[in-house]
Amino acid sequence: MSAVPIPRQSETPGLEMPRQHYLNAGYSIKSWLLTLDHKRIAILYLISVSAFFVMGALFAGMIRLELLTPQGDLLEAETYNKMFTMHGVIMIFFVLIPSIPAILGNFLIPLMIGARDVAFPRLNLLSWYVFMTGGVFLMTAAIFGGVDTGWTFYTPYSSVYSNTNVMLAGMGAFTAGFSSILTGLNFIVTIHTMRAPGMTWFRLPLFIWAHYATSLIQVLATPVIAMTLVLMMLERSLHLGIFDPNLGGDPVLFQHLFWFYSHPAVYIMILPGMGVISEIIACFTRRRIFGYSFVAFSSLGIAIIGFFVWGHHLFVSSQSVYAGMAFSLITFLVAVPSAIKTFNWTATMYKASISYESPMVFAFGFLGLFVIGGVTGLFLGAIGLDVHMHDTYFVVAHFHYIMVGGEIMAFLGALHFWWPKMFGRKYPEGWAILAAALVFIGFNLTFFPQFLVGYLGMPRRYHTYPAEFQLFNVLSTAGASILGVGYLLPFFYLPWSIRFGQVAGPNPWRAKGLEWQVQSPPLTENFEQTPIVTEEAYEYSHLEAKVV
Amino acid sequence: MIGQFSLWPPQASSVAWQVDALYIFILAVTILTSLAVYFAIVYFAVKYKRKSEDEIPEQIEGHLPLEIAWSIIPLGIMLVMFGWGAKLFFDLTRPPAEALNFNIVGKQWMWKMQHPTGKREINELHVPMGQPIKLTMTSEDVVHSFFIPAFRTKFDVVPGRYTTSWFEPTKAGEYHIFCTQYCGTRHAQMIGRVVVMEPAQYEQWLKTGSVNASAANETPEVAGARLFQEQRCVTCHQTNGLMAPVLNGVFGKPVQLQGGATIVMDESYIRESLLDPTAKIVNGYQPNMPTFQGQISEEQILQLIAYIKSLSSAAGGQAAATKPAEEQPTNTPPAGG
Repeated sequence: MSAVPIPRQSETPGLEMPRQHYLNAGYSIKSWLLTLDHKRIAILYLISVSAFFVMGALFAGMIRLELLTPQGDLLEAETYNKMFTMHGVIMIFFVLIPSIPAILGNFLIPLMIGARDVAFPRLNLLSWYVFMTGGVFLMTAAIFGGVDTGWTFYTPYSSVYSNTNVMLAGMGAFTAGFSSILTGLNFIVTIHTMRAPGMTWFRLPLFIWAHYATSLIQVLATPVIAMTLVLMMLERSLHLGIFDPNLGGDPVLFQHLFWFYSHPAVYIMILPGMGVISEIIACFTRRRIFGYSFVAFSSLGIAIIGFFVWGHHLFVSSQSVYAGMAFSLITFLVAVPSAIKTFNWTATMYKASISYESPMVFAFGFLGLFVIGGVTGLFLGAIGLDVHMHDTYFVVAHFHYIMVGGEIMAFLGALHFWWPKMFGRKYPEGWAILAAALVFIGFNLTFFPQFLVGYLGMPRRYHTYPAEFQLFNVLSTAGASILGVGYLLPFFYLPWSIRFGQVAGPNPWRAKGLEWQVQSPPLTENFEQTPIVTEEAYEYSHLEAKVV
Repeated sequence: MIGQFSLWPPQASSVAWQVDALYIFILAVTILTSLAVYFAIVYFAVKYKRKSEDEIPEQIEGHLPLEIAWSIIPLGIMLVMFGWGAKLFFDLTRPPAEALNFNIVGKQWMWKMQHPTGKREINELHVPMGQPIKLTMTSEDVVHSFFIPAFRTKFDVVPGRYTTSWFEPTKAGEYHIFCTQYCGTRHAQMIGRVVVMEPAQYEQWLKTGSVNASAANETPEVAGARLFQEQRCVTCHQTNGLMAPVLNGVFGKPVQLQGGATIVMDESYIRESLLDPTAKIVNGYQPNMPTFQGQISEEQILQLIAYIKSLSSAAGGQAAATKPAEEQPTNTPPAGG
């Protein structure tokens, strides 16, 4: 590490791509499909998750076009229902859950803790194949007629009444879940056992803390959704009475089991995003994160308390009044750690040295949207108010602000932040900032009107709606078209940069962290020799060199 | 479209304003907090913009009193929201003792309502103003949810168990009923309206099935057309034939039944279908029509037959033209009072 002032990049025309790195370690198809390198597996996930994202987004586009008018003029009711089901299943199980952990977590966790690879490289490759197998089940379900249960698979509709490919889609979500469990397991063991000498727990980057908390949830909660889906499929295929009251079952039991996983799953989706934001803010403010240990422990706090709030999805489902109140109270408690994180990120900017490169612009976008997503959760947590808002567009807007506004914004920020590390070249900065701006504006125009139309009473999953709700839906569809352009841009300039971008060098942002001390793209072995860590994360009191 | 802009639905029940009050409280708190955070972010971002390439800012580890303050104060405010919401929920789930009990049965994709007097309705609920009303609800098939935005009440309608909901209407008018738990293909058509009437008007409606005093002067065809709307026959017997057979142009013609038999669509078959709907099911349809036994008089059955006949005669178009305006309930929802 060097504290010597380093010349600007424009004054260093001699930057060249390293001769050897993980990308040119082999060019055959086999060298990719049988790779055990965590970085190449990350790239496999990047390609497959991007493909799923495009599919999920196309379904969303069809939904928004249909809702442009109150009548059902573009799609049949049945088709519409299949579209929102596919949108939900793809985006939740095949985009949001794997996005940051499986792509950036896979790529960065070994680099950040100074390890050669994850603890179980073969298991890591297996989890990608399991994930893709889940994807094949889902695509088969889609091609042979689709599925119309909604991503929630509520019984007895899914287990008895639906005439669509529930079994195949259920198998898809079930299988993808195992990929998530294996990845979580791998990360937990890696973080426990493979940290470089000197990398103590409280020197870990917050990205690692966030992934550790996420992995705990993946390992503990995902088996519950697997069991629940199996029970649903057993009832559907063998008429085993579990959820259908005609067979002696209890339909509300399904909702309890489903949300026992699916609420913690919300934190599987957002915690890694929070980890990313901590990294980006630290780098572009040149500050250690204000209240490091509060931010680190708030991740664990969210992971633990998050297991006890599932009942807030069942306030009006006929669960006991007192259970509802207890869940409402715990729901407010889980909001506190998220508030702590937001306040600490803001405080990190106090007396900092802030620059506005594209990852930081995405991080600003994250903060703007995550705050709205967070505070609107308070409306829904207040149990008497949720009676009116439950299953309306207010809920749709709330979780999109967290999932898309928060998580996808953080994912894009992460991709832009570590892209030069992954591929050794920089993308055109202007296009990236344009994309961030379009996503932010388009997102707000799409989803803010949905809060308003939700409070007016428009229910979710409606193919047609009363004419008085049209204004909001027109705004929403207009916003979605801007959002679509914002999401489309990186699909052009990022791949373009792999070949034509400016060579980035090992540390284009002058960031702290072990991953920035190795060449970009890194060697297959990551480090030529095991690094020894002597300082805390975010030690910005002396600057890193741009070029080593 | 702009003219219809409003921030909340009509406040037509005794609890509506209480729910809105909590909404406004949380709205005020969250807007203030969010603006404070946004202001801090923008202010810092501008004020502490990087001055030089090699600038190294002062390093601050954290501040314990600040951490405690911004944990405890939000928690306190949130506990107020919790307490307020819990109190409201308690009120929303405890119907007053004097409440009238209405029964609601949900099924794919219609609401069947029964008044305390035994009077039945489909997708429409007439209620007297100022009277607390308790709904006892269950479902014949999947989970539904009974939502009246203007009353701020919603509760899931679950097969195999009874759930309750209650409200006291305070404002005359017509308001939406929505199913808010996704229940299959025609979920978005599982809608209806609640009609809040003055108590005297409600009494008259219970007796005559109509608030229309000039009903006595109608021809049988026109009265039948009106009944076809009021009894919500139109909900299923639409021209698309998805839920139930189309009735245009079929009177006097043979109809294929389930099991292969054929019957001529005549007065007797219509009467039997109204009183014992599952006796002879038309091929290709489910036995899901409710009985109208005890709900309509022999006179009204004759009026309905007259109307259905008119749909098959040369004058059918003319009869159809005199139908009331709410012919297509899915496209012209009731305007909130």
